[in-house]
Amino acid sequence: MGRAMVRIIYREIAGGAAFWGPLAGLGLLILVGLYSAWYMEHYGHIVTGMGNRIVWGIPHVFAIFLIVAASGVLNVASIGSVFGRVPYKPMARLSGLLAIALLTGGLTVLVLDLGRPDRLIVAMTTYNFKSIFAWNIFLYTGFLVIVAAYLFVLMERQMSPYSKPVGWFALIWRVVLTSGTGSIFGWLVARQAYDAAIMAPLFIALSLSLGLAVFILVVWTICRWEGRELGSGLLSRLGRLLGIFAGVVLYFTAIQHLTNLYSAEHWGVEAFLLWDGGVYPGLFWLVQVLLGGLLPIALVFHPKTASKPGAIVSAASLVILGGLAQLYVIIIGGQAYPLVMFPGMEVHSVFQDGVIASYAPSLPEFGLGIGGVALALAITLVGMKILRFVPQSLADKTVDPPPAAAEAKAA
Amino acid sequence: MGSRLLVVFGFLAAIGVAWHGPFPIFSQAVAAETGQSGRVPVPAPARGKGDACVADTDFMRRNHMAVLNHQRDDTVHEGVRTKRFSLKECIDCHAVNGADGVPVTVEDPKHFCRSCHDYAAVSVDCFQCHASRPDTAAMSVSPDEAAALSLRTYLAGVTR
Amino acid sequence: MNKLGDTERPEVADAREQTDVSRRAFLRAASALGGLALAPGVTLYAFGQEAEVRPADQAVTSQHRWGMLIDAGRCGDGCNACVTACADEHGWDADAASPTDAHWIRKVELRDPEGGLKRTLPMMCQHCASPPCVDVCPTGASFKRADGIVLVDKHTCIGCRYCMMACPYNARSFVHEPLADQKPYAPRGKGTVESCTMCVHRVDEGRQPACVEACADTAGGAMLFGDLNDPDSEISKRIASYATVEIRADLDLDTGVRYRNI
Repeated sequence: MGRAMVRIIYREIAGGAAFWGPLAGLGLLILVGLYSAWYMEHYGHIVTGMGNRIVWGIPHVFAIFLIVAASGVLNVASIGSVFGRVPYKPMARLSGLLAIALLTGGLTVLVLDLGRPDRLIVAMTTYNFKSIFAWNIFLYTGFLVIVAAYLFVLMERQMSPYSKPVGWFALIWRVVLTSGTGSIFGWLVARQAYDAAIMAPLFIALSLSLGLAVFILVVWTICRWEGRELGSGLLSRLGRLLGIFAGVVLYFTAIQHLTNLYSAEHWGVEAFLLWDGGVYPGLFWLVQVLLGGLLPIALVFHPKTASKPGAIVSAASLVILGGLAQLYVIIIGGQAYPLVMFPGMEVHSVFQDGVIASYAPSLPEFGLGIGGVALALAITLVGMKILRFVPQSLADKTVDPPPAAAEAKAA
Repeated sequence: MGSRLLVVFGFLAAIGVAWHGPFPIFSQAVAAETGQSGRVPVPAPARGKGDACVADTDFMRRNHMAVLNHQRDDTVHEGVRTKRFSLKECIDCHAVNGADGVPVTVEDPKHFCRSCHDYAAVSVDCFQCHASRPDTAAMSVSPDEAAALSLRTYLAGVTR
Repeated sequence: MNKLGDTERPEVADAREQTDVSRRAFLRAASALGGLALAPGVTLYAFGQEAEVRPADQAVTSQHRWGMLIDAGRCGDGCNACVTACADEHGWDADAASPTDAHWIRKVELRDPEGGLKRTLPMMCQHCASPPCVDVCPTGASFKRADGIVLVDKHTCIGCRYCMMACPYNARSFVHEPLADQKPYAPRGKGTVESCTMCVHRVDEGRQPACVEACADTAGGAMLFGDLNDPDSEISKRIASYATVEIRADLDLDTGVRYRNI
């Protein structure tokens, strides 16, 4: 009746050149990131492409990507603990590790981009609780603690009865956290491209999609490096779930823009983002919708490609690319469009009122953003080496043994 | 492994005790080093204007930061602009003139705050935002001129 | 506009006003000088705006609510007096035009595409009663003083720039490079956000903001500063007598700065 109980064995990843080589590379990128942060702090933000109109740039695109993906990558563990799907349970530990790693990377980028990063202590002790940003600081650091607790109950055999309640708590915390991240933009009444309740659920969908895409890439990569089996059935299953999440992202995006298009007030910003805004429509239609949405969905569902690991991994990479483009359009496109202070009037001033702001990302910004990604990957790599996060095998018959075999055994 | 750690730690602890503690021979040597022999600079802050500071030196040495922190919150949030612990007043009195007779900024090691803060290796954050020397032009106008200007503004306003 | 509320041609209005000015100015100047002579500690606030300047050791209260009234009809196209005055007062560059340069106040030119009518007006922090910048600041560095002036506490500001995203008027600037020789009464530094302070250091001494003073003294006299809580103040009387608007009034922010003829 039930499934045969196949015991999942977890093992640390091997050391040697396959570990130290990539770690050294990541370490170098982290150093580049730290140097970029020092350079920006020492000379001031004038060395970046950000100014008084575009105040959040490439570092924030990376930071929010990492933070949103961190929340979503834990979904793999939630599906196992909270929703009881057996094939997902062996992947829960790695999902938790990735959640901590990605969030740490994202927070590091965010903090190092601050105008006064030396005042981090102030940010962690002085709160204005009317600010969703303040709540997010609290939610992010709390998330790290909760995932650590979640990993503890997952990895300590005697604590396994607690994995469901802790899993539920982590799930609810994650929904609040990601809604909060979306609301950072959604609650800004001032800007035409924001000020929308849909930003919260859009970010939830984005987190699920991006988190799963990152998870697929990491688990496939590490299984290949370590020579551990990753069942094509499991991978296809993850791929189909990714396709569903990518579809939900497309849905919320469509609703957001269709709603805006219906009101004359928002025609200006919609024309800018979707039609004549230069780089923004290009990123939106080509990278976000086509490459990051429609193509991956086709890859994971089309019968010719659905069972091929290469196609699933490509789909995951494309979803990540699309997610970065989507965040760029939201964060930077939303700032590039001018504030509408005098509706219907043509506005002009020395402070760039009434004009589309231009933004040219600078090298330190990319350095910092990529440094954050490298930090997240380095934490994951080191974690997998020291503790038992990765199952010995994720073969289909191991994670999802067929019920027929159990009945035959029982008989 | 554990015993090796213990030996190293114990050695370091012994050095620390000897340096500061009941064996005066070491601390005397240190005192002689950092005293008048000149190997380590001793802070010699310049005298401020007037007879005395707004509080006695010992109090100020220990508490000037607490006093300034409290004053800044009062000034910024409550608009309290008492002069006693105002940073601007401190700078006005404690300005150190350079070779050209003009007060030096915090870039110059002769600056009053730096003479102790360099020694103690405690970085001073204030002057990223605050002017580190009195504004030689002081207010843009004198108080009487300011009152007359305000009056003219008011008159121009009501008589339109 | 004349006393009956009709719009007059500028030359007619000016001519009429000059006679008014000379008559009333004499009376007021006489009493003003007398007042100054009698009570040296009392400034213009004796004249219907505030009984006396708040003592230095007393905390500010919500008894007053400072505001401004700007008449765009009197604002000269090409005149930059307010901007220059603010820049000189606080130590930033009025002529700088790169996206990283600070502007606490700027002149905005409007043009109505229907018919081509042009107007110009100064734009600065609107000192809202419900400021979005105060709501979003994670550390509470962006705050509203009891008397309505919205400020940045630069000791607490971490430079996250979220308030700049939230401000509906693009009123805030970020300091993008190290600064030196700041004005002692206007501290500003790299990595923090700043905006118009309504010359809080002047207001606390009973003076007027630099922009208002410069406009009255050397330009069109388009700006008026006063206590919105005092029904007898000039600004309150004017707001009660003719139509004034807030910019982006639909956001319901109850700004301290109001405009006329925009």
